[in-house]
This record gives sequence, C-alpha cells and structure tokens, in this order.
Amino acid sequence: MADLSVNFAGITAPNPFWLASAPPTNTGAQIMRAYDHGWGGAVWKTLGTPIRNVSARFAANDWGGQKMMGLNNIELITDRPLDVNYREIEEVTRKYPDRATIVSLMFETEDEWKENIERSIEAGAKGLELNFGCPHGMCERGMGSAVGQEPKILERITNWVMRTSTIPVIVKLTPNISEIVPPAMAAQHGGAHAVSLINTIKSLMAVDLDTMIPVPNVGGASTNGGYCGPAVKPIALRMVGELARHEEFNLPISGIGGISTWRDAAEFIALGCTSVQVCTAVMHHGFRIVEDMADGLSRFMDEKGYRTIEDFAGLASRNFRPWEDLNLNFKVVAQINADKCIGCQLCFVACRDGSHHCIYLPGDGTGKAPDDGGRVPHVAADECTGCNLCSLVCPVESCIEMVEIDRGLPEVSWKQFTSGQATLPEYVWKH
Amino acid sequence: MTLSPRAGLADGRLECAIPDHKPLLTETQAVSEANRCLYCHDAPCIQACPTGINIPEFIRRIATGNVAGSAETILEANILGHSCASVCPVEVLCAGSCVYNEMEQPAIQIGRLQRYATTHAYDAGMRFFTKGAPTGRKIALVGAGPASLACAHELTRLGHEAIIYEGRELAGGLNTTGVAPYKLQAGESLREVAYVQAIGFTIRNGVHVGRDVTFADLERDHDAVFLGIGLGPDSRLSMPGEDLEGCEGAVAFIERMKNDPACSVAGIRRALVVGGGNTAIDAVRELRALGVPEVTMVYRRGEAEMSGYAHELAQALQEGVKVRYWSAPLAVTGEDRVTGLQVAPTRVDAEGRLVIDETQTSMLPADLVLKATGQEKLAAMVAGIAGIAVDKGRIRVDAATGQTGHPRYFAGGDCANGGKEVVNAAAEGKRAAQGIHALLTTQAGTAPAAAR
Repeated sequence: MADLSVNFAGITAPNPFWLASAPPTNTGAQIMRAYDHGWGGAVWKTLGTPIRNVSARFAANDWGGQKMMGLNNIELITDRPLDVNYREIEEVTRKYPDRATIVSLMFETEDEWKENIERSIEAGAKGLELNFGCPHGMCERGMGSAVGQEPKILERITNWVMRTSTIPVIVKLTPNISEIVPPAMAAQHGGAHAVSLINTIKSLMAVDLDTMIPVPNVGGASTNGGYCGPAVKPIALRMVGELARHEEFNLPISGIGGISTWRDAAEFIALGCTSVQVCTAVMHHGFRIVEDMADGLSRFMDEKGYRTIEDFAGLASRNFRPWEDLNLNFKVVAQINADKCIGCQLCFVACRDGSHHCIYLPGDGTGKAPDDGGRVPHVAADECTGCNLCSLVCPVESCIEMVEIDRGLPEVSWKQFTSGQATLPEYVWKH
Repeated sequence: MTLSPRAGLADGRLECAIPDHKPLLTETQAVSEANRCLYCHDAPCIQACPTGINIPEFIRRIATGNVAGSAETILEANILGHSCASVCPVEVLCAGSCVYNEMEQPAIQIGRLQRYATTHAYDAGMRFFTKGAPTGRKIALVGAGPASLACAHELTRLGHEAIIYEGRELAGGLNTTGVAPYKLQAGESLREVAYVQAIGFTIRNGVHVGRDVTFADLERDHDAVFLGIGLGPDSRLSMPGEDLEGCEGAVAFIERMKNDPACSVAGIRRALVVGGGNTAIDAVRELRALGVPEVTMVYRRGEAEMSGYAHELAQALQEGVKVRYWSAPLAVTGEDRVTGLQVAPTRVDAEGRLVIDETQTSMLPADLVLKATGQEKLAAMVAGIAGIAVDKGRIRVDAATGQTGHPRYFAGGDCANGGKEVVNAAAEGKRAAQGIHALLTTQAGTAPAAAR
C-alpha cells in the first residue's frame, strides 16, 4: 500500500490533498468536516483587514451540457472578524494536529504582517501562505496580485514575513503575469520555503445577452474576477512545469489549478509538485471527492510501484522541454481502425477544414480511399503530418492511433539544426 | 391567423384518453440530448430521412439555444416536420442510422428533439416562409393529406395559387384520422394544417372530387392537378359475418376513435385484430391503451413474415397484447353482433404457398373484430384520365418530378407509393411541387388557366 504522506517544506500531512484558500476553507467547521473526509491539509481563507463582500459572487462557464467547466469568483478574503478566525484556527489545529493547517495572509503594512504572523503561529498554524495572487478587489488596493506582479515588492514583503515567521512560508503566485519565473525567483530570494500556484486567472465570465450585464450581476453591473476550475488546469500545469525544470529554482511547489481527480493531482505531482490544492471541485461536489482522490492515487502508485509521493514527483518534468529541443525527425501518422470506426467522419471534416487535409472518403473521386461503398475514412499516410487532430475528435476509444514511423533518422532538434550541429532531410511540402 | 389546437374537433373523443408515449422534452432534457449528437460529417441520419432534413445542424442549433434556427432548418426541408417528429418510425429511419448504434450506445432521440424545436416555433407563432410573387398559375390538389399539404405549401412559396379539394370535413389526412394517438392526436394534426396553410393556400373541405366536382372541371380551371388521394377503405375479408355489428375495418375504427366522440369501447372485453402490418399493431396497442382487457392479433403467418415494425410489435407485447400466429380467419360469428371469430391453422407448403387446414378450426370468442389486412387502392378513381397509368393499384409517376403519364397530372403519397410514411408523402408532395413549377415555368406558350 502506497504511502501518501508528505513533508512539504517541513509541513507534514497524511496526504498531498489540501484545500486551497477559498470559500471551502472559510470556517473551522468546514475545515474540520473536510478533515473528517480525509483531506490532508487546508489553507485557511485569507485573513486580512476586514472587508465587505458583494452579492452575487460566482459565475460559471458551462460547456457541452456539462456544468462548471470553469468558475469565476469575485468574493474577497475573509469577511469574518480576525478574532473569530484565530479562535477557530486554534480549535482546528488542536483537534487535528496531524493535518497541514496553513493560514493564508494578506496585509498592507509590515506591522500588520508581523502581528498576524504571530497570531497565526500562536493559534497553531503549521505554515503560512502569502496571498500575492488574488486578481480582483484586493489588487486595486495594492495587495494580492498587485504584489505578485511586482517581483521586487513580492521579495520585500516576503522578507518582512521571514523576519517574524518561525514556521514554513509559502508564497502563492499569480498567473496574471507574462513570465512565471521572475516572481518565483523573487520568492526564493526573499527567503520563502515554498511556492504555490496558480492563483486564479483574471477573467470576465460572460455577458447576459438579455440584460447586457456581464455576470455575475451585482445590482446591474459586474466586474472582473478570478477564473478557476477544470478549464485552467493546462495553464497551471505549464507554469508549474516551467518552474520545476528551471535550473535555479529549487523550492517545493504546491500545485493548484483545476485539480478535480486523483489523475489531475498525479499529473501535477509528476511535474514536480509535492502537494496539491483543490477548490472548485469541492465547491462543485463537496469534500467527499477526496475519498476517491486518495484511493485512486494510492492504487495508481501501487500499480506503478511508487512507494511514496517523492518516488514519482517530477518524473515528467524532464520531458517538458522548450520547443527548440524537440526532435524534428520524429514522425507519427494516423491509422484508422476500420473495425472500430462508426463512420461519423468527424476526422475527415476536422482534417480537411481544420488541419492538413490528408484524410479521404470512399467515392470522393480522388481515388485515395478504397471505394468500397462504406463510410470509413482513409488516411493518406504519405500526406499525414501526424498532427493528432483526427485522433482528438474521434469519439471512439482507440479507433484512431498515431503510429510512429521509423525513418532511420537521428534525433535532431531545431537548436542543433540552427546552430549547425546537425542537418535535416530536405523538407517536402505536400499541400 | 390563430392556431387553435382543437379546431373542428369535438371533446370527449376516445383518443384523448391515450397518453403521449414520448412527451415533449424539457429544455434541460433537449439540450442535454442535443449535446450528445456527434455532428457527423455527411451524416447517415440525413441520408436516411426521405426529406433530407439537416439533422445534425438542427440539433446543434438546439444545443446552442438557437431553437428558432433549428425549427427553420427542419421546416425548410420538410414543412410537415412537426407531425413527422412524432409519427416517423425513427427507429428504421434517422435514429436507426445514427452512428451511436455502431457503438452500441443509444441513438440520438432525433424525433423528440425535432418535436422540441417545431413545438417551440408553433407556440411562439414563428413563421419562416412567405408566398412567392404571383405567377398567375393555379393548381388543384386532390386530398388534404400530407402529400397535398407539402405540395401546396411549396407551390405557394413558388408563387402559384394552390387549392386543395378534400372530401372530409377535416384536413390532414391520416395524421388527423389514422395516426396512433400516443404519437399524435388529431388536434395537433389540425394545428399543423393551420400552420402550413397560413402561408396562404385554400382548402375546400367537404368537396368530393368525382362527385361534387369532376376531373374535367379541375383540368379546365387549373394549370395542373396534383393527386394526393391516399388509399381507400379497409380491404374486405369476404367471409361470413363480416358485416355484423362489432366487426369493422381497422382504419375506419381508428378514424372514429380519433375523430368521433360517439365512438366507444365500453363493454368490449375481448378484441381481435386480423392482420400483421403496422395498422394491425397500431390497433391492438390503441385498444390496450383504451383499457380493453384482452387484445389479440390474429395473423396468417409467423413473426418473421409480419410487415409491421419489430420495435412496434415488441412494445405491443410489452403492453400485454397477445399474438396468434399461423391462424387464418374463416368466419365472423354472432347473431345481432359479433361473438367470435372462427379460425383455422395455417402452414407454408414446400413451394412457399400458404395452406389453410380447414379441418381443425377453432373459435376465438370476441366482442370486437377489426380487419387490418390492407386498404383498397383508390387509383381506379383516376383510371379514366388519359395517360395515367396504374400499376398494382399505384399511380405510376416519374421519380424525379412526380409527373404521371398525363403531363398536367402529378401524384404523390400513398396513392403513388402504395402506402408509406408521412415523411415519404411530404417528400413526394414537395418534389411534385417542384415538378409542377418546372412544367409551368417552361411551358411558355401555354396560357394560364385563368386566362383561358
């Protein structure tokens, strides 16, 4: 049986599944219920000087009949008195000493930071997370992503925190920047023990076409919010992967962004994370989802022979490379399994209109597909660029396979080619 | 004009007691089902539809919330798309060819999605088509069933004046008088007639062509004639007792059940329906739905030989209908009214001929015997018109234009195809309209009838 426990920058937890700082971690009662379901940790909803929230606060992006592919949030940090929060943090850390109860903080002055770091530690927090990522409401006041977008300010505030904190400090990064490395390096230079990413992506969810008011409608108007949920996972994976492979960056990473299942979590871990944080999936389905996350991850690790999270953390990171390092001589072509094909011809239309037009139909006059009167499309292998699109649109499991063609050519990257280290065969243009 | 769903129909008709088997989908259900559609290229469902509705396109429009666009896509191809949505045997047409069947997953519920879209358009009073610029040409259409309605609508769009002559008081043909009530009730059929007719053509109800007006009259007053006369009365069995009270043709009974408030099945405990086609299956299912406790189909051959749809038969069996195969009716028995049916066992001999063994008859008790062994052909009605050829009771037409052997006569629907679906009639009616249009627009030298 795999050991799911983690030691993340000195913060220990029975598993890597933590709740992200968000509405599900607003109160002690919620977090204790989550812990009863098996969550390994939770980042308390950000504490700060009291704010007021608006109504309504969330909007969702439904897609193809599925609800909440993405969620947009304009709720701010905690709107409950700090005293109440600290009292509840104390209760949670006392009752669940083995869990990673982390307090998220967002303040303006060094004195405020100092006071609240001390109060958090006093309440038993196992770590601190600095909210430098919130993209709505707080950034306009010089906090949240306003800090995360300015590496120098990020580093300075991290420094303030490090002067006071006696417990591990995690800097939460915003994705609303053009390069993720500079703010992450600033956190490292500032002395932080770890980073977590991504915070939500600055977004406007939708426009109500009847009222011409964007959503969520707050009394006849709306504002930009933070986008999260399954839709943002690829963006988060890229940023995590980029940090994990960066030679000079060496802090632990807590992965956040659309994680809904054990598979999602395993992908973040494979790219180098040693804990993951979840929010939208809990807002959609409740705390119970952690039961399958833990069970599924554990079975996956057993099947692959990974005893601990560390055993596979970062294994995919080495395979995430800059484009210029990819092998230009590698070649795949699509192969359609006629026995499985249902004849929907989505591959044909996608290839013709959306890619490189190398799929042909029986009886289309080109003579490239066997004219057997059937509906199974035919891939002209010599024309196929190996783009994958047909296999992506095919609704049938493993009907279209991308098959590697061994051309007996050495591995040559663009970098090698342009630097004169290697040559490439002449390019034959088919279309 | 207002579209009254109950125009011309009395309350208390038997069919009203039969619930809809496939009720209107809610928005959530429709969008969810629409999102399942794979949106195939050159989709097999389109090819399977006699009217060639662009099915993936109308389904996609439901999914995107463009229900009006969806309805227009349907009605552009088939103006009777509203009734077809409910009455089409989709299992053997569009849904039967859905690629999901290849994956052993449920086919898209195309009929129900189509009904969702057209109902939306009907309820909102949306109209998509208008009368074309007047050509001065006038066309008579005989019979107000689906073929003539589709033909008249298309002719009107093309600018011709279309006048339908219908012997019955109600238009709509079998949609009004014959379709199983759990698919479509007469009121909804009349609603469709009103919707289609609102483009601006005339229906003269209660006018029997051949009695109240002759074909010669039609020829004189019109530039072309479309024959959409359907089929005739139920075939007779030519056996003793056939005219006893309680023995009736199935088509006639179904028409009364749908249109006549005086029709009743009170006191009927045992009903027999003779035949193995779709009318027979409709009749037994309707009798069960009306609460007749014991309903049995009596068929001369075996299940494999039945012409009725297998999916309909399966539903009938599930609803408690019994089937007595290999039984030939010999006589209807009873004094004042029907008390039973005498049947004899049958078998097929070495040459494949049906052999009836009249030595071993048995008596099936019954309060009602319905004959569903086919309908007479009405083609004789037009047999006297020069040039019109009739083949096995069907009016012979050119497949591309619907033109008969007489250049100014066109035909479509059951009278030309021998008895198919509403959707076939709709396709043939529209095609004939285009054939008529081509004839009239190339017939430069012939003066319009109005000028003669």
